[in-house]
Amino acid sequence: MGRTLAEKVWDDHVVRRAEGEPDLLFIDLHLLHEVTSPQAFDGLRQNGRRVRRRDLTIATEDHNTPTLDIDKPIADPVSRAQLETLRANCAEFGVRLHPLGDVEQGVVHVVGPQLGLTQPGTTVVCGDSHTSTHGAFGALAFGIGTSQVEHVLATQTLPMARPKTMAITVEGELPEGVSAKDLILAVIARIGTGGGQGYILEYRGPAIERLSMEARMTVCNMSIEAGARAGMIAPDETTFAYLKDRPHAPRGADWEAAVAYWRTLRTDADAVFDAEVVIDAAALAPFVTWGTNPGQGAPLSACVPDPASYEDASQRLAAEKALNYMGLSAGQPLRGIRVDTVFVGSCTNGRIEDLRAAAAVLAGHRVADGVRMLVVPGSVRVALQAVEEGLDQVFTTAGAEWRHAGCSMCLGMNPDQLAPGERSASTSNRNFEGRQGKGGRTHLVSPQVAAATAVLGHLASPADLTEAAAPATAGV
Amino acid sequence: MEAFTTHTGRAVPLRHGNVDTDQIIPAHWLKKVTRDGFEDGLFEAWRRDPDFVLNHPERQGATVLIAGPDFGTGSSREHAVWALQNYGFKTVISSRFADIFRGNSLKNGLLTVVLAQETIDALWALTEADPTTPVTVDLHTRQVHAPGITAAFDLDENARWRLLNGLDDISITLHNEHQITAYEATRPTHKPRTLTI
Ligand code: SF4
Repeated sequence: MGRTLAEKVWDDHVVRRAEGEPDLLFIDLHLLHEVTSPQAFDGLRQNGRRVRRRDLTIATEDHNTPTLDIDKPIADPVSRAQLETLRANCAEFGVRLHPLGDVEQGVVHVVGPQLGLTQPGTTVVCGDSHTSTHGAFGALAFGIGTSQVEHVLATQTLPMARPKTMAITVEGELPEGVSAKDLILAVIARIGTGGGQGYILEYRGPAIERLSMEARMTVCNMSIEAGARAGMIAPDETTFAYLKDRPHAPRGADWEAAVAYWRTLRTDADAVFDAEVVIDAAALAPFVTWGTNPGQGAPLSACVPDPASYEDASQRLAAEKALNYMGLSAGQPLRGIRVDTVFVGSCTNGRIEDLRAAAAVLAGHRVADGVRMLVVPGSVRVALQAVEEGLDQVFTTAGAEWRHAGCSMCLGMNPDQLAPGERSASTSNRNFEGRQGKGGRTHLVSPQVAAATAVLGHLASPADLTEAAAPATAGV
Repeated sequence: MEAFTTHTGRAVPLRHGNVDTDQIIPAHWLKKVTRDGFEDGLFEAWRRDPDFVLNHPERQGATVLIAGPDFGTGSSREHAVWALQNYGFKTVISSRFADIFRGNSLKNGLLTVVLAQETIDALWALTEADPTTPVTVDLHTRQVHAPGITAAFDLDENARWRLLNGLDDISITLHNEHQITAYEATRPTHKPRTLTI
């Protein structure tokens, strides 16, 4: 019988398979950052162990790094200590590190792909749930806990039980103005935050094949928000073109051998998935969340749902709690919801195409009075590219703040946070209570919706901007 | 890792579904570089409310957490497990756990027990009516006991064996190091490397 993409990559990495044991998988690439690694390095030290494969390990700093004044010492002593711990650990164990100020620094899931380290048919792990991002290349990539980080450092393997597979087939074509972010938010709303639990998702179908690599990363990034361990997309010409000539892409004969292998990584026609969901791309529209988990979303043109409309008691309760926390009432149109802050960035939407999309909407407009807009590139490389294209000028001219690379307001571990009660439209991936700062309220949106929202001061799509354009530009 | 065999303790009924890791331990706690000292961060936002169940005097010293479905969703932070353990919980019962959280918990000796929601409803009712109700989680028999309730749970044999014996995964793996070395020798040269050594 045929095998799925996930099964092929899995099988190619089994170091040991024995009855009654989880498979022992070889890990091709281990990404590290400052938050989930210190206790793992401590464990190595306590047991007198070394990093087995320094040549398959790489670290960067992202979660705690400030996005302003990066040339000054980090003000928060605890954040500073965590970064210094990573630096000391990398020096002691000989791990390659891209610290703050380095040209390759950035959010770990932006850095791996842009260096060409993330490749089809590899296994990629990181102590971070959004490692699923790398699945966009047809890699088997999943987030792990700190004990597993230690395990990979010490052995370059992980014991894992093989998850089931689920196909998410997206038929048709995305309508104009509908982005990969809208697509994945709609998928999560459809299958629920637990719907992918126990599965590796494979996104496939014509609408997926047409996506750029960066859009595919946005989709795979949020697989974890559907509860899945990983999300994957079969590599194709788009993938190969993205990888060609990247710093760590194979070269010469190795490139030929790699591409030949990569071409085999497609789900066989007779392979069977454990579950399948079919989505019609043509029916999708700009999508936003109204609640406190990423599954609580709806098309921008809809209204805040009535909790009473849920048949399932726990969903009803969850919706009531969410509306209470978000300060919203049932029946309120989503489009009218006013925001204080707009955040464009994160490993979901902090790549160059995301910045281009937001800038294209923002150009010729101004950020509404009373709205703060933060644009945080996902990496230093993305920032440099944006500057080369003049995007930073578009943002600052419109009144947005152009910041240095990092996770920033995605999770508020650095100074970029929401104040209690503040409301944001955010291109990140989690709208959990307090995620962007204590008491902060988050609506997840695409970069296009974020930019339109910044201009109008309430949740809006670029189409709303054209309608409102005459008065808005007249005032500038 | 601490072994888990059988445990009896009082319970905290947590009638919340979708308890994400940002609720279990907020991000600002993640700056610590140790595995301990997270107890005060556990459910930090909710604990500011005096009515939150963990704040009730009769719940002090409870060691069994009984939560709604989809416990531990969100980030991979193992700090969520450490916070629960630092606070004193030995086991968490829910009808469904997020995968990464579950993996992390079992690696640290925090037993996560999956039971049907009806059983959890019954356990909630029982422990809310009488906070002193003892709840027993027995890994030998793979059963949960409370007065009038006996429920079996699944846990794969390998994970169970490691928990019962408190075995550390890394030592088990290094026992088979020759297989890792053999695999490495066959890896194609086109695979990426971060460094030339
Ligand atoms: S950008 Fe956000 S989701 Fe991505 S790694 Fe950073 S904190 Fe995590």
